[in-house]
Amino acid sequence: MGSLFPHRNSCPSIKNILLLDSEGKRVAVKYYSDDWPTNSAKLAFEKYLFTKTLKSNARAEADIAVFESNIVVYRFVQDLHFYVTGGDDENELILCTVLQGIFDAVSLIVRNTIDKGEVLENMDLVLLCLDEIVDGGIVLETDANLIVGKVASHILDSDAPLSEQTITQAWASARDHLTRSLLK
Amino acid sequence: MAQPLVKKDDDRDDEADYSPFLGIEKGAVLQEARVFNDPQLDARRCSQVITKLLYLLNQGETFTKIEATEVFFAVTKLFQSRDIGLRRMVYLMIKELSPSADEVIIVTSSLMKDMNSKTDMYRANAIRVLCRITDGTLLTQIERYLKQAIVDKNPVVASAALVSGIHLLQTNPEIVKRWSNEVQEAVQSRAALVQFHALALLHQIRQNDRLAVSKLVTSLTRGTVRSPLAQCLLIRYTSQVIRESAGNTQTGDRPFYDYLEGCLRHKAEMVIFEAARAITELTGVTNRELTPAITVLQLFLSSSKPVLRFAAVRTLNKVAMTHPMAVTNCNIDMESLISDQNRSIATLAITTLLKTGNESSVDRLMKQITNFMSDIADEFKIVVVEAIRSLCLKFPLKYRSLMNFLSNILREEGGFDYKKAIVDSIVILIRDIPEAKESGLLHLCEFIEDCEFTYLSTQILHFLGIEGPKTSDPSKYIRYIYNRVHLENATVRASAVSTLAKFGAMVDSLKPRIFVLLRRCLFDSDDEVRDRATLYLNTLGGDGSVVETDKDVKEFLFGSLDVPLVNLETSLKNYEPSEEPFDINSVPKEIKSQPLAEKKAPGKKPTGLGAPPSGPVSTVDAYEKLLSSIPEFASFGKLFKSSAPVELTEAETEYAVNVVKHIFDSHVVFQYNCTNTIPEQLLEHVSVIVDASEAEEFSEVASKPLRSLPYDTPGQTFVAFEKPEAVPAVGKFSNMLRFIVKEVDPSTGEAEEDGVEDEYQLEDLEVVAADYMLKVPVSNFRNAWESMGPDCERVDEYGLGPRESLAEAVNAVINLLGMQPCEGTEVVASNSRSHACLLSGVYIGNVKVLVRLSFGIDSSKEVAMKLAVRSDDETVSDAIHEIVASG
Repeated sequence: MGSLFPHRNSCPSIKNILLLDSEGKRVAVKYYSDDWPTNSAKLAFEKYLFTKTLKSNARAEADIAVFESNIVVYRFVQDLHFYVTGGDDENELILCTVLQGIFDAVSLIVRNTIDKGEVLENMDLVLLCLDEIVDGGIVLETDANLIVGKVASHILDSDAPLSEQTITQAWASARDHLTRSLLK
Repeated sequence: MAQPLVKKDDDRDDEADYSPFLGIEKGAVLQEARVFNDPQLDARRCSQVITKLLYLLNQGETFTKIEATEVFFAVTKLFQSRDIGLRRMVYLMIKELSPSADEVIIVTSSLMKDMNSKTDMYRANAIRVLCRITDGTLLTQIERYLKQAIVDKNPVVASAALVSGIHLLQTNPEIVKRWSNEVQEAVQSRAALVQFHALALLHQIRQNDRLAVSKLVTSLTRGTVRSPLAQCLLIRYTSQVIRESAGNTQTGDRPFYDYLEGCLRHKAEMVIFEAARAITELTGVTNRELTPAITVLQLFLSSSKPVLRFAAVRTLNKVAMTHPMAVTNCNIDMESLISDQNRSIATLAITTLLKTGNESSVDRLMKQITNFMSDIADEFKIVVVEAIRSLCLKFPLKYRSLMNFLSNILREEGGFDYKKAIVDSIVILIRDIPEAKESGLLHLCEFIEDCEFTYLSTQILHFLGIEGPKTSDPSKYIRYIYNRVHLENATVRASAVSTLAKFGAMVDSLKPRIFVLLRRCLFDSDDEVRDRATLYLNTLGGDGSVVETDKDVKEFLFGSLDVPLVNLETSLKNYEPSEEPFDINSVPKEIKSQPLAEKKAPGKKPTGLGAPPSGPVSTVDAYEKLLSSIPEFASFGKLFKSSAPVELTEAETEYAVNVVKHIFDSHVVFQYNCTNTIPEQLLEHVSVIVDASEAEEFSEVASKPLRSLPYDTPGQTFVAFEKPEAVPAVGKFSNMLRFIVKEVDPSTGEAEEDGVEDEYQLEDLEVVAADYMLKVPVSNFRNAWESMGPDCERVDEYGLGPRESLAEAVNAVINLLGMQPCEGTEVVASNSRSHACLLSGVYIGNVKVLVRLSFGIDSSKEVAMKLAVRSDDETVSDAIHEIVASG
């Protein structure tokens, strides 16, 4: 029935998440849709995106633009450019939440000294983050603490001192617990 | 990596370009992958190698089939290691390699073991990997575990299973659909994202069941939805339910509107926005319904976050197209956005203002835009140009300043699409605002003096030929046109010659001068230009004196080609050179494709040049045009109603046939849309033999067979019946497709000479009472009902027997009567025991009919109904009762 109406995809869907460097080169990317079937199509999109957004000021706050009937939200930090792409009709704020999720997750992984070198050093964890935030276009988790918890739990365990994020996590779960018992 | 997270070299800062992947090379990494085979696995080293492999793939490197297989087999060895970090990388690697079916078997048992592991992280990831690489047969083996995982108490595991379910639904729907009980349970989960994923999956499982979706929405909008994402989903599903039950809502309250409005006060911005957008997109939304949504969007406009500003201005921009007044409150905030750093936001703000602005603000706005145009990209400029075009049509008095603006930007640099948008706009203004014609034409003339786009030049020349001669002083355009003959390429020259001829034909006083110019073109280097000049010199009379041009010649120059180009092409190809000249009247005028096809590809926006100034043709208009073009049916009078196509064949049979019932006052025409799906066959003399023995009041009066039906080109054949005037005669018709079939050689596409007569049984077709009823809404049912008066009212009660539900019974009656539900009364609240439904329509003979239905259901699901009908004619009121009584 729904197909008769020109209405949006029922489920929010992410087309890609891109991490490029300050020259527009790939650091780590993940495509979830078939809109760019070949590597050259992907590279062309990345290049276009990079040049078009280069001048914008997306450092303090995420910015947004429309490219080739896609909505792209992006944010830059140091020599890293983060992009999240969704369809023309997607809720911009959902895309923004995903962008925030990946941005914060990567920041946590590199312990806030976020730049290209650190990201390359921790490539394994960054790739795992991309795997944990979106699965086949569907948002899996947007809370950076939980994502990093899943990706790096083994490290945190072996890393004896409790790091900042585990405290946040503990606090979150305690709060969760409390609200639940209050609601009962 | 299992080892400490930070391993920074102290001297790294000295080398700015340091990268762990510096000089990475595929061959070398593949060599390194041999460590996977070591009897003593070094987990850290293995992780590093996998990272390198993944990095290579991420950079766009590809592995050959052999390389991929080797890596895959080596990676499977790593399941021996108990290192958690390494296992995660192994999962990732397997997904990236997307192994073939015979390779999948190798890892299945390892993954299934992980699926039942005590470690949540293993379970969740093994599920995702296995579902990604699995096929149908394996899926049945693991189905049991997946169902368990959906209701697992660990949210990560549950989400993994649910999201995998969403993906698998595309490939193995019948399996995933069996999980709906578990999914239903997961919808109630306390974990926010589990609820989100469960809701998404549950909706996809049930999306074709309107009733189930409606129930889902009803129960959840009352309950608690934890995650903002799930709330957004619910808003989308709610909109869908509202859309599908869309009735007349001008007076009644729209179901679920309160829920949407409530979401505007949610704490998450994404939910607020989703709800606001949903409200603005409601069909036939009223100003009262819009107001709260506009208010929150207005707040977003002054947000510090660009994303929020963009989302809000984009939505308001769309609202402004249909409800400009509702958006005017935001104009002040909107104006400050013109200087927004983000040019997308600025453009959207400008165009919104152009849509909502009033006449007095036009000049001020134009000034702001002029400064703004120089620093935005072409794509934005096009948007602005289109907005200015519609503004000008809205305020024709302002055409001077707007036309000036357009001509100024036409002179500036710009790409083809941009220039085309400007030219299109000027053309539309010339057409619609008579005062703007002369100045607009001159702007276009100046533009073609220095235009690098052949397409635009020829289109403008064509347009000039039509409009130029009708102006007060046509001679002033001649210079511009003739300049083209000197300065341009052959295409533009040929088109300039045609334009000159048109001036000659229409303006008798110019004829001698035009002849001189046309004669000069006889020496052009291009044959098309010479041919055109010769042709026009001959048709226009040849001696160059001031005489009136023949009507035929004008018709030839200005008339449109009334045969489909495809048909003309085929006829020309079939024409063999002979003494007999080609006759354009021999080209068939029949349209080959179905009129419905037009509806599927509606023109997005009015195209300025070349297209006649008509809106998109509605289905009814298209049918009417089609039928009136057939002489046999021309005398039937005005078309009352055309039904939706009814399929007469199963899907994927040799011949696909559907039928549209066209109802006239005393005739019924069946239009059979046929498609031949066999490439090796050509059907000729296709007709439908209709047996109307079960439709006593109908007698066949005409039929129009289809001459030929080639493969995959839909064609229509018609059968017409006479019936008593203004009587809603009903009956059943059986149909037989009869044709001559000819074999076609697939390699050459040629058909054999001889054909065989054959028949093909189609399904029966019924003309029912609802075919005589037009769905016509009324704006205020109560008023209409009162003003109709009780004179011709007929009331009676009926027992409808046991029914599945109240909603099902209500729907059945609505469909039986074929009337328009009013005020959203077709929506039945779940669990209610009674329901009232209001319907309106126009019955054949143009009689307005209003219906009030009251339903009640008892515990044994027996439904009783009271039917009250009002109309201007008591026989019609009786007829409506008759329909229900016999239905």
